[in-house]
Amino acid sequence: MKDYAFYLWGSYAVTFVLLFLEIFFLLKRKREAKA
Amino acid sequence: MNWFWYASPQTFYPLAGRMAPWFGFAAALLAAAGLYVGFFVAPTDAQQGEVYRVIFIHVPAAWLSMFIYLVMAGWAALGLAFNTRLSGMMASALAPTGALFTFIALWTGSLWGRPTWGTYWVWDARLTSELVLLFLYLGFIALQAAIDDPRRADRAGALLAIVGVVNVPIIYFSVKWWNTLHQGASVSLKSAPTMAATMFAGMILMAFAFWMYAIAVTLVRVRCIIREREG
Repeated sequence: MKDYAFYLWGSYAVTFVLLFLEIFFLLKRKREAKA
Repeated sequence: MNWFWYASPQTFYPLAGRMAPWFGFAAALLAAAGLYVGFFVAPTDAQQGEVYRVIFIHVPAAWLSMFIYLVMAGWAALGLAFNTRLSGMMASALAPTGALFTFIALWTGSLWGRPTWGTYWVWDARLTSELVLLFLYLGFIALQAAIDDPRRADRAGALLAIVGVVNVPIIYFSVKWWNTLHQGASVSLKSAPTMAATMFAGMILMAFAFWMYAIAVTLVRVRCIIREREG
């Protein structure tokens, strides 16, 4: 696992950060649309 | 049940609001199950070692990037044919999530490629056509953003989306039509998967998780678009 840690966790980390960012900005847009 | 009742943005708005949390909940459950199977049940690959576990996000993201484009183009075509307001809104709501999954497929594929192929990127047919898909999504988003009138933006975007559909079969069949570094399909509707059952189970669970996630965020986004356009 250690040799490939950067490739494996780099994939998962970027994926989940991007998904959470999408949710964050979507909820922000939702609040602004309601205001 | 009269399905056409929900073709109006005003009637679809509350329905989308009721459905979105359920799809979000299903996505979280399926992702938890998929990650558990992917990391704790599926065995280490004999050739690739642990790095193969990237496939649990790479393959579902790649599938979804193509599927979302087809659905987006379908909504866009409906909007062009029947001039329905909701169709353009749905196409607009799908595009950012489609672009995101395309980027994830490219990113994770690149990180998987380095230790297994020895390179982050090659200009082979599969990778290049997937990159073209990302540009199609970004072009669709940029084109719609550049036109002030939403109905005109929908029509212009629809034309681009429909023309771009030709790229989806190119992506899918690229590994058969050309000699690519990217390997052929491990999963097919016509034959049994060429991987261990637990690996396949983890991949399918993650595919459904991403699918549910995409539906949930699209429903929330289309509600924002309805509010922004129609108050």
